[in-house]
Amino acid sequence: MTAVDGGAAVLVGFARALRAAGLDAGPDRVQTFLRALDVLGPRRRTDVYWAGRLTLCGGQDDLDRYDRVFAGYFGPRAWPEGPRARPLPPAPPPPRLVVRPTDRVPGGAREEDRRPGAAAALASPAEVLRHRDVAALTAAERDQVRRLLAAFSLRGEPRRSARLRPARRGVVDPRRTVRDWLRRGGEPARLRRRARAERPRRVVLLVDVSGSMAAYADALLRFAHAAAHRGPAGSRSATEVFTVGTRLTRVTAALEHRDPDAALAAVAAAVPDWRGGTRLGEMLRAFLDRWGQRGMARGAVVVVLSDGWERGDPALLAAQMRRLHRLAHRVVWANPRKARPGYAPLAAGMAAALPSVDAFVEGHSLAALEHLAAVVRGAEDA
Amino acid sequence: MSGTATGPTGEAGDGARRAAGPPDSPDEVRRRLENVGYLVDEGLATACFLALRLHRPVFCEGDAGVGKTSLAGALAGMLGAPLIRLQCYEGIDASQALYDWDFPRQLLHLRAAEAAGVTDVEGLEAELYDRRFLVERPLLQALRIQPSVLLVDEVDRADDEFEAFLLELLSEYSVTVPELGTLRATTPPVVVLTSNRTREVHDALKRRCLYHWFDHPGFARELAIVRSRLPAVSARLAEQVTALVQALRSEELVKPPGVAETIDWAEALDALGATELDAELAVSTLGSVLKYREDTERARSMDLSAVLALRAAGA
Repeated sequence: MTAVDGGAAVLVGFARALRAAGLDAGPDRVQTFLRALDVLGPRRRTDVYWAGRLTLCGGQDDLDRYDRVFAGYFGPRAWPEGPRARPLPPAPPPPRLVVRPTDRVPGGAREEDRRPGAAAALASPAEVLRHRDVAALTAAERDQVRRLLAAFSLRGEPRRSARLRPARRGVVDPRRTVRDWLRRGGEPARLRRRARAERPRRVVLLVDVSGSMAAYADALLRFAHAAAHRGPAGSRSATEVFTVGTRLTRVTAALEHRDPDAALAAVAAAVPDWRGGTRLGEMLRAFLDRWGQRGMARGAVVVVLSDGWERGDPALLAAQMRRLHRLAHRVVWANPRKARPGYAPLAAGMAAALPSVDAFVEGHSLAALEHLAAVVRGAEDA
Repeated sequence: MSGTATGPTGEAGDGARRAAGPPDSPDEVRRRLENVGYLVDEGLATACFLALRLHRPVFCEGDAGVGKTSLAGALAGMLGAPLIRLQCYEGIDASQALYDWDFPRQLLHLRAAEAAGVTDVEGLEAELYDRRFLVERPLLQALRIQPSVLLVDEVDRADDEFEAFLLELLSEYSVTVPELGTLRATTPPVVVLTSNRTREVHDALKRRCLYHWFDHPGFARELAIVRSRLPAVSARLAEQVTALVQALRSEELVKPPGVAETIDWAEALDALGATELDAELAVSTLGSVLKYREDTERARSMDLSAVLALRAAGA
């Protein structure tokens, strides 16, 4: 007595439910889904399950949501056993961020705001409110974004790529040389040469969005946005951005909007753990397991933007930082609190992480972020 | 270079040849893949069946060593079709993946024609871009040889531009060589793409494909895989090794072992002449399964004999 017998309408409804759950089940995918069911013949529940999973999902992240929607839509009978790779760490979902304008509280500047140079990157007091507002921006903030956009192209330091490019000197390029000769009717002429091309290294930004970093998170994400949109010639996908708190969220795609406001709103919608705690060690492990070790961190410049306040076990963080350090070309840690007079890396997490950090820099102001960009470029060392 | 065409694997044997032809249900796909020594679950059988019927590529993701790449070999064995492999790497382009002209040979031909005093310029020009001067790369081979199985391995290593190019090819199954015209595959190749997720592959390409996530298999299936790959290994040893690997996988490891490692380990132990596994032997051969020092230390601190005893009691 499956609900499937109702025909295509039921299935299209299922696809709509999936879309509502955030899957990219567009018309073309739905069409493939219907064709797949057609080919599979009489509709058994498992066939519907697998046909949908194969055609409507596009990544590992989709699978859990798909299973939930499937159970909800077709009834909660157990579907064929497909053991999930690894159970996700049990993280209580903190309340999601709601984008809504709030009134700015005039005055009431905090101690950091009075520090010269720091003011530009610091968030306004209105953000003390639980629901932060990224939709409404003051003119000053807009100005600051423009400055950020103008200032930053976060280019990784160059590395030699496997690709060979035509060059003036280097080894002889037989293909181009012969093609050239062929054009002249086989008359030997100039030798063409080629050499290894240089490419910027990938840059991976891990932005801490926990409660202790709340004052900086907004500015740092704007920085990340500027960094992800490098100059006109810059190719995409050279910069990857993750937010870190009690969850690890990949926000590279959300930051793809050209408009920084739209991009930040998209990030706000994507990140479930604003202003929660920090479990840096665990998050770093999640990053390395899912992305870093497979290649994202290999040979890359990895920048951690965090104050190093760790709620979890510092030993775990230390171990994961060592792992990261072995994979990455360089590990840069930007800590906005480093600029405070008398700062010492006493936070347990920070102390645990430092031995595996190549460059420890500040990150509290525009100037500091400019310096960070220079460090990433390999221009100078800290 | 990047591409090689190999015939169907030896084990394909008569069973595959007799049954060659499109299968008519996922169950049949599973049976026939089992005949060539590749065990699949229902999801993957459905994926392969749909790939054959809808002519859609299968996009395989999952941890290393879970059998993504060997799926293509098994499909080739099952269909009695050659396996054509394209290994992707950074900077791969059409001249390495699709076709290229054999310039030195063209040059030689031109010189020879000159020496022989050929005056028919147009004829000579036409000859220069003849099929015989075309160097076929894997993608063109896969379109020409019908039927065939095309494996595009580690597509995440290639650049974005290559992905777009691949998408075009996989939706039309045809290629235009300006000098020769359009080549269209009447029977499109069965295409398997694998990705290790070092980079997110573009959505347009995924949308064209059937997406399958490879999980680590459960105990029973993994044991069956080990037994079918290594029939010489004692049943007891295979069972113990599988149980231990499953236990290791549930630990927090830097690199959880895949099925490939399970098979390696069983093979290594068999080579040592073991028919049964004890904790001591397991620890001394851990190098076959765990490739990180941290993982090995973690495993050493586990009570391996307890896992083995549990399995013995359960069996």
